[in-house]
Amino acid sequence: MLTDAQTIDFADASAPRPAYTGKVRPALRRLPPAKAPIAEGSIKETGATVQRATDETDWAAILLQVRDTRDTAAFAALFRHFAPRVKAFLMKSGADAALAEECAQDVMATLWHKAHLYDPARASVATWIFTIARNRRIDALRRARRPEPEDLTWGPGHEPDQTEVLAQRQDSARLGAALTQLPQKQRELIEQAYFGDRTHTEIAAATGLPLGTIKSRIRLALDRLRHELKSPN
Amino acid sequence: MTDSIHHHLTDDLLLGYAAGTLPEAFSLVVATHLSLCDDCRAQAEAFDALGGSVIETLGSARLAEGSLEATLQRIAAGPPQERPRPRARGGLFPAPLQDYVGGDLAAVRWRPVGMGVRQAILPSGPGATARLLYIPGGAAVPDHGHRGRELTLVLQGAFRDEDGRFGPGDVEIADEAVEHTPTAEPGQPCICLAATDAPLRFRGLLPRLAQPFFRI
Repeated sequence: MLTDAQTIDFADASAPRPAYTGKVRPALRRLPPAKAPIAEGSIKETGATVQRATDETDWAAILLQVRDTRDTAAFAALFRHFAPRVKAFLMKSGADAALAEECAQDVMATLWHKAHLYDPARASVATWIFTIARNRRIDALRRARRPEPEDLTWGPGHEPDQTEVLAQRQDSARLGAALTQLPQKQRELIEQAYFGDRTHTEIAAATGLPLGTIKSRIRLALDRLRHELKSPN
Repeated sequence: MTDSIHHHLTDDLLLGYAAGTLPEAFSLVVATHLSLCDDCRAQAEAFDALGGSVIETLGSARLAEGSLEATLQRIAAGPPQERPRPRARGGLFPAPLQDYVGGDLAAVRWRPVGMGVRQAILPSGPGATARLLYIPGGAAVPDHGHRGRELTLVLQGAFRDEDGRFGPGDVEIADEAVEHTPTAEPGQPCICLAATDAPLRFRGLLPRLAQPFFRI
């Protein structure tokens, strides 16, 4: 269960910052337009949005359609894909089925109401939904606040560059693939860190793994993800 | 600001912040640092993206009967009250910190804790305490170790201790193993945002006696 206390140990956090932590941003979010590997003209048009969901589904385009036309069919497509995932995430985080259902509905309603704030150059729809679900979970289960950093000045109103949108989408796909290709034990620890229902110490007690092993597995997993994102396509 | 920052947040903190599992006081320090440091902000967004991948690859839970219809009814009921997102508004303190102080530096209600040092405790939920520290130029914060973990983010001036120099935007991360003697550099007073999940213990007799009163 979630507690008010911290759930991430970082007893070794004063260790020097490793050299690899340089820049995830270029790998994850922003390719310089001049070096973007794919020409703008090749961006795929999505056309009809109520298509069957596949790995290729352009959720960002569908969400922008919800934003622009308040299209409930487009919203239903988003709902069918993401609501069951949000509910699963909340149940893994320690919510019972009823609370998870209520919060998942809330998260999806928030998606509708805040669609005008979504920036497809900054985040995938899954990432954006994750941040909404995380904040909802903090409200529901911990009754605490999570202060947000200052908004960057570009804010709503700027039109995202299509090259950035595409780069963001490719990076998200690579990150998802890299996560599923992690060794099972590393992947589980990363997921548990996001579920946030157990401290490293509790995971250590439950699995019999030494605390140091858990921390080094998480570090290895993050190293591997960074490596995947930095390597050229 | 960003190029002059040498002491950054760790992966553990950024992961905890992305996952939403840090105590509120620690999240306040993280959010304030992210407002000053583009590198760490990019890292934080990368950890959000990893959370998105976790959701995307997690698998599904069965929804309740009529879930979509119920959600459309929620939507029809109108948007919920939202806390406005913190916007830059100038001044020494980044917006998330101004939200907790109720304004900029002039709004801080300092209390003296001895030897010219002042502090102001910020309300920040259970699990950890956040406070602002004011250390006159050249003054030392009394020698102390830690029972828990402590984050110290410099907002103005600079201090030095066994780990090096910490200027504006730098964050020092200390745990049980650290016994340090931070000293403000001569000149401008050093103003820091600090968060700890345990009361500090001072080495000297007098500060220990004073501790329950001052909560430093």
